[in-house]
Amino acid sequence: MPVDVPTRAAVRTPRRHPPARLGGWAGRSAVLVAGLLLLVLVGAVSLLVGAGGLSAHAVIGTLRDGADGSRSAIIVWDMRVTRTLVAAIVGTALGIAGALMQAMTRNPLADPGLLGVTAGAGLAVVITSGVFGVTAFLSNVWPALLGALVVSLAVYAIGFAAGRDSPTTLVLAGVAITSALTGVTTGLALIDATRFNTLRTWMAGSVQGRDMSAIAQTSVLIAIGVVVAFLIARPLSQLALGDDLARALGVRIGATRIAGGAAILLLAGVGTAAAGPIAFIGLMVPHLARALVGPDLRWAFAYSGVAGAIVLVAADIAGRLVIWPAEAPAGLLTAIIGAPFLAVIARGAMR
Amino acid sequence: MTAAPPGRVDFGPRRKPIRLGERASAVVNTRAVLLILVSVIGCVLVTAAAMMLGDYPVPLDQVVQILSGADLGFANTVVLQWRLPRAVAAIVFGAALGISGAIFQSVTRNVLGSPDVIGFNAGAFTGAIVSIGFLGGAQATTTLLALAGGGAAAFLVYALAFRGGVSGTRFIVVGIAVSMALTAFNTLLVLRMEQRVATIAMTWGQGDLENIRWQQVGPMCVILAAVIACAAALGGRMHQLELGDDAARATGVRIEPVRLALIAVGVALTAVVTSVCGPIAFIALAAPHLARLAAGSSGTGPTGAAAVGALLLSTCDLAAQHLLTVDIPVGVVTVVVGGAYLVWLITWKLRRTRV
Repeated sequence: MPVDVPTRAAVRTPRRHPPARLGGWAGRSAVLVAGLLLLVLVGAVSLLVGAGGLSAHAVIGTLRDGADGSRSAIIVWDMRVTRTLVAAIVGTALGIAGALMQAMTRNPLADPGLLGVTAGAGLAVVITSGVFGVTAFLSNVWPALLGALVVSLAVYAIGFAAGRDSPTTLVLAGVAITSALTGVTTGLALIDATRFNTLRTWMAGSVQGRDMSAIAQTSVLIAIGVVVAFLIARPLSQLALGDDLARALGVRIGATRIAGGAAILLLAGVGTAAAGPIAFIGLMVPHLARALVGPDLRWAFAYSGVAGAIVLVAADIAGRLVIWPAEAPAGLLTAIIGAPFLAVIARGAMR
Repeated sequence: MTAAPPGRVDFGPRRKPIRLGERASAVVNTRAVLLILVSVIGCVLVTAAAMMLGDYPVPLDQVVQILSGADLGFANTVVLQWRLPRAVAAIVFGAALGISGAIFQSVTRNVLGSPDVIGFNAGAFTGAIVSIGFLGGAQATTTLLALAGGGAAAFLVYALAFRGGVSGTRFIVVGIAVSMALTAFNTLLVLRMEQRVATIAMTWGQGDLENIRWQQVGPMCVILAAVIACAAALGGRMHQLELGDDAARATGVRIEPVRLALIAVGVALTAVVTSVCGPIAFIALAAPHLARLAAGSSGTGPTGAAAVGALLLSTCDLAAQHLLTVDIPVGVVTVVVGGAYLVWLITWKLRRTRV
């Protein structure tokens, strides 16, 4: 049976953007500031909500008093503040990584989670933790980056071999790799249940239980990735015109692509090392950003970063509430929201 | 192509007409027959290995004696009560999954359109979790709810992806999306449960044949045999449907009832298997492909798919038991093997068929 594959004309990627709704620098900045305010608001809610039975008044009091070792201080400072920060940082990283990926692959379905990059990072972390008994954060970063690199190269090679016409082929390849890697991870976990038990919540994508030094390391590495993303935003926009035209405009094509790939790896790999494999944020958020600001990548990155942070913090809050008094990892919530979104985009992309 | 001699029809190099007297005759695909023979021999070998290997090794001559009725004490219990039901289940369930995959791929007119890829397994798992976690988990309830959940998920995917047909990768991506959402939802449900029930549900969710005994295999084999008979009755019309709706109608098929019946049979096969041993991925996807590859026939023949499915699942189950130091669920093995297969398929096979 032949597979009905849409022609190149039917799947022009990225699709024609809807006209940017926010005109001018001032309008876009205003909305960005509004987004940041919303992030602060969501972050505040994240500090107030959760197990432990603290009233809003008590939380504010604890925040004012600082970390003094009391029970409420441990709940607020060591648990809620850290998880909120991790969610915001990782959300930013994944949002920008998704926007970068969609721009570089010109594939509206690209997402580090969906294409297997986070699964590769995840398997690498599980192997190092299991085989070498490593649990410290910083030592998780390097295997995560290596795993992300290997899988990205593999997915890219497969997508290249399968032809560039279909945006869904790359997703299929990513999903196939993800399921095989997840199977290996599950198999490893079953061989040595006790050792891998500690990694179980991490594997589901949770922002819980990181300490401040890990957060500091994460934010430095992710900040580097964000800076690189913004530096190559302009040449990347010009690359969208095609290689020849971009070269004529003075873009160094190879350098731009390598820098972009490195930024994706840094953002997605470190994000995964910090919070486990979280899918769909990198898919959803850039679409939202493009709908608001159009194809200008600098604005798209800024909006994607802020929106990614908002979505992941909100997903983490929802995870605390949805099966109260137990907690669901944030990665589950992003999948429940994000997967229908994928279905909708796939419907549209294949029109 | 040489002209056929008068009175004889050239059916092609791999097809031989067989005549029994004046009235009865059939065209037999020799490679398909060979494929089925090889699969059967393979299944026998794998089953023999499955009888022998394990913590309590039973030599082959003893296995043969036991199977022919001798009483060797404890070895009898090991072979007949513990190992044989599992091996039989692997063969029967593999065949059922293969047929189900052949049906789904034919109805969706899509080589990737098998029940596990399009979200059926995840939906069946949702139904089973609800049964195990919240309704006591009786076998009948689990089967019914798995059937309902899988059917609902398949319908949802079909409805979401339908745009004057469901061919193309859009269908698959929508199926993957629904699968992922349901998988996350399933994990949420499991997290809600108390520890003991959650462990049962999670083990079930990985697709395991470990605790299969005759009391599960027996009734399921009867049900599956009935459904497979229905599939066999519908097989011819399935090939007519593959010609396209218009051609099928012209050759005398009432399209909608037949298609509905086919979907019902495919859903029933997967759901029955899933309700007993949990979602086992990729057998339904790969078995029809490999059968077609080996037999070289154009259609997704359910018989060949059943033979290959049985061989695949029993081999995977043998590997799951003995490849590593611990017994891992067969679902984990099929996911790894099937994922690698899917990568190969996307990279090389689809590309070639497209061109």
